Amino acid sequence: MTAITLPDRRGHFGIFGGRYVPETLMTALNELLEVYGEAKRDPDFEEEFRYFLRDYVGRPSPLYYAERLTQALGGARIYLKREDLNHTGAHKINNTVGQILLTRRMKKPRVIAETGAGQHGVATATVAARFGVECDVYMGSEDMERQALNVFRMRLMGSRVIAVDAGSRTLKDALNEALRDWATNVRHTHYIIGSVAGPHPFPMLVRDFQSVIGREAREQVLEKEGRLPDVLVACVGGGSNAIGLFHPFLDDGVRLVGVEGAGHGLDTGMHAATLGLGTPGVLHGAMSYTGQDENGQIQVAHSISAGLDYPGVGPEHSYLKDSGRAEYVSVTDDEALEAFELLSRVEGIIPALESAHAIAHIARIAPGMDREEVIVAGLSGRGDKDVEQVDGLLARKGSGESTE
Amino acid sequence: MNRIEETFSSLKSAGRKALIPYIMAGDPDLETTAALVIEMDRRGADLVELGVPFSDPIADGPTIQRAALRALDRGTTLRSIVETVASIREQTVIPIVLMTYFNPVLAYGIGDFCRDAARAGVDGLIVPDLPPEEGVDLSGACRRHGLDVVFLVAPTSTSARIELVNSHTTGFVYCVSLTGVTGARGELADGVDAFMSQVRSHTDRPLGLGFGISSPKQAGEAARLADGVIVGSAIINEMEARTGEPDMLRSVGEYVASLRTGIDAG
Ligand SMILES: Cc1ncc(COP(=O)(O)O)c(C=O)c1O
Repeated sequence: MTAITLPDRRGHFGIFGGRYVPETLMTALNELLEVYGEAKRDPDFEEEFRYFLRDYVGRPSPLYYAERLTQALGGARIYLKREDLNHTGAHKINNTVGQILLTRRMKKPRVIAETGAGQHGVATATVAARFGVECDVYMGSEDMERQALNVFRMRLMGSRVIAVDAGSRTLKDALNEALRDWATNVRHTHYIIGSVAGPHPFPMLVRDFQSVIGREAREQVLEKEGRLPDVLVACVGGGSNAIGLFHPFLDDGVRLVGVEGAGHGLDTGMHAATLGLGTPGVLHGAMSYTGQDENGQIQVAHSISAGLDYPGVGPEHSYLKDSGRAEYVSVTDDEALEAFELLSRVEGIIPALESAHAIAHIARIAPGMDREEVIVAGLSGRGDKDVEQVDGLLARKGSGESTE
Repeated sequence: MNRIEETFSSLKSAGRKALIPYIMAGDPDLETTAALVIEMDRRGADLVELGVPFSDPIADGPTIQRAALRALDRGTTLRSIVETVASIREQTVIPIVLMTYFNPVLAYGIGDFCRDAARAGVDGLIVPDLPPEEGVDLSGACRRHGLDVVFLVAPTSTSARIELVNSHTTGFVYCVSLTGVTGARGELADGVDAFMSQVRSHTDRPLGLGFGISSPKQAGEAARLADGVIVGSAIINEMEARTGEPDMLRSVGEYVASLRTGIDAG
């Protein structure tokens, strides 16, 4: 079986994936799988999905030749896949549009979501408003502070934002709480999970909805360069923008590089390099690489970027790592901040801190590459949500304090 | 016949129902856990569930989440729990089932864990985030070491799923009384009678009913529907209310005795 046909019928990518959830949720997962299967065979569904992506989200997103960044780095030609230009400012909405259409097919009047950076929460609140569906978003209280603007946006669109005070008060705990809500209200609620994580069929269907990124990028790069790129680079939190970009290229000889958050540094214990330093385990319904201690307790992740601050990762990435088809590297908070400033200065594009991780890795590899080589980077979101946080960090840095 | 089957079958011939208390191992420490098992045995428990603390307990409400945090803060591990069971075994033959999320078992190693647990005198496992579809390896290892694996059914389970669970579970069928997570509730869930009759129509195995049961009266109602009544959060709430008091053990014992009375009256 080649990688592109995975997962298998039970939702496994090799040893990864599956459905490790309470029995209460199994029937809902089966229903979702069935409804998604019907939708995929229904041309009306495809047409409606395309319609909303075009007229509501604003797709296709451009593939932009970053000429000044290319010059500044002095190597490979760099293209940015501009998911930051989507409605609501990130790739997350590709998935929420798909899932709200499924919600409607299942006739469920309520959706819930978890959010870290707030981008998925906003994207869910957005489609919930558009389709007139009740929406509750779980968000760690630490993240609510880091991303206050997004909390306001969600509330403005009529969603409730529920603070999660448990554990690390970040994305991992928001996911726990969303799963508990789902187990309680599953008969009338759909859980719009925000990444390619969670139990089958979520990693598959979120990937399918996000693959529009890679399909467009493939067409666009062929048109502009007349050939496929040499390298794809994308940041990896749960891994949805990365898999969306990578998947349509899986059978091509293109290098695939995922970039995780190295936080304060891989040797500090304060990082989010799940694929880099984790081990296989079960978290949030799937077998995948996991940040855990020797007793199987999940560890708290750290990243400057709330969207990468997660000790889990989608099972398909674990499979791609072990099979060697994709490689995973990491970038520290400080490197991401530098890239955030670099892209703002030379291109007039303020990236999300998540996306800045991908740019930081490009800054490492592009100078050593040939001028004829081509890199396509996923610019997963825009940085408006982050400017206040970065302002604070840079001010402290300027005054000689540590950024911690 | 193992200890779990024996317990249910002898209760059945006596026309009685099993009282199955759940406590979190290591909350507040493992010595107390051992003492509590002995005390609950003395006060009328028929089988004990020991929770294994996990950092991300998605099937649990606030009470058991707090208990897990306390146990983890004390450094409780699956290994130290297995050792504690071995020491409890020197004093009682009451069946002991570990209720653990899957990841601590994976980290221990499925085969090693089942071997060590069986040697220590553990009788079975309940893994709330492991449906039968993903439980093949664990079931195999448990079979080799003579441990039961108790799978769960829920009010949302279809008939086909109840059949599936019945064909994989050993010991008993764990019936989740409500659509939701653990935690004390004021009333038994609506529709639990119909749910239990549906499960009965698919299996001859003993049925344990749990989640939400939190008073002697509810335990009595549950006992009319099931072969075993599982009470967790309510006991932990009782422990929390008595934290630091010298007679905590006795209070919990009395609470367990009141559940016994409720069940026997039901
Ligand atoms: C802009 C942006 N990029 C990336 C991510 C990380 O998610 P994923 O790895 O699923 O793409 C997030 C998550 O919040 C995000 O907001």
